[in-house]
Amino acid sequence: MKKTIKYAYKQTIPVAVGYIFMGIAFGVLLSREGYNPLWAFCASTFIYAGSMQFVLVSLLHDAAPLITVAIMTFLVQCRHIFYGLGFIDKFKRMGIKCPYMIHAMTDETYSLLCSVKYPPDIDEDKCSFYISLFDHIYWILGGVIGALIGEIIPLDFTGIDFSMTALFIVIFINQWREMTSHIPAVIGLCSAALFLILLGPDNFLLPSLLLTVGLLCVLKKRIKNEISDASAEKEEN
Amino acid sequence: MPVSVGYSIAVFAVVAIVTYFTRSLPFVVFGGKKGVPKIVIYLGQVLPSAIIAVLIVYCLKSINITSAPFGLPEIISSLVVAALHLWRKNTLLSIAAGTVCYMILIRVMAV
Repeated sequence: MKKTIKYAYKQTIPVAVGYIFMGIAFGVLLSREGYNPLWAFCASTFIYAGSMQFVLVSLLHDAAPLITVAIMTFLVQCRHIFYGLGFIDKFKRMGIKCPYMIHAMTDETYSLLCSVKYPPDIDEDKCSFYISLFDHIYWILGGVIGALIGEIIPLDFTGIDFSMTALFIVIFINQWREMTSHIPAVIGLCSAALFLILLGPDNFLLPSLLLTVGLLCVLKKRIKNEISDASAEKEEN
Repeated sequence: MPVSVGYSIAVFAVVAIVTYFTRSLPFVVFGGKKGVPKIVIYLGQVLPSAIIAVLIVYCLKSINITSAPFGLPEIISSLVVAALHLWRKNTLLSIAAGTVCYMILIRVMAV
């Protein structure tokens, strides 16, 4: 048992740094909007989603309507639909832990669970559970520390909200490198820019999201061709 | 708080529920032998990079390029993040350096 926990902990060390750092950034941001650490604790515990919690702060700031919140969340999080696919049998066999394993499936935990190698003397299911749990604890810890920093330390944190922009630029670059078709990224950029100019900063989000999904469906054939051409080329090489 | 406690709780709850919904979808819907619909697989491939692009615009929506400092802190810091990330590929370094750069610029360039 102890061995399993120790092994799980070792696997999560790379995530710890990132989660505590980004968690702190989130906590500071949320506290700047006037929410005490309990709110940060609840968000990191019950929502537990990196980028979406940053978006949450903006949505609160803008007093966005609940329908926009729901659609925005769905579109930002829909990549998670695919994370579960490889783990259906594994999580189901974990019984009572299954709902928690589903909840704790973030980008980082997903990539850890995909790549971790379980030695023969380690209980695989217990180990994955502790990996999920440790990552979750780092994230909560970061969020609460950040909220406390924001509340207690009388520093002028103006501008720390740029960490969200920076995070998205980084994700954008990573995805640009991975994607063989750049049409989706261009569609998103153009739809958002178009409605920002037409409707202004307060009302552009929802129409941009809907236009983006619409255009992705309309241009499905073309984008799919680019994706499959590239993978065919890879195979040839 | 920008909105009431009740509305805040509602926003937190909606984000939490929809997030859990997306994570549990494969277990609830695709758990059987039916497999995943093709359109869902397609959107799963292309949506993330499109949505992130929308989110970047969403982050930069409030910059004003018609009056000083003409959005320069945002533009310069974004370029710092992008350049640093293309060069070193270190997520935390790119984010930390970009944010610090921005916090300095808005103070230096303040009018």
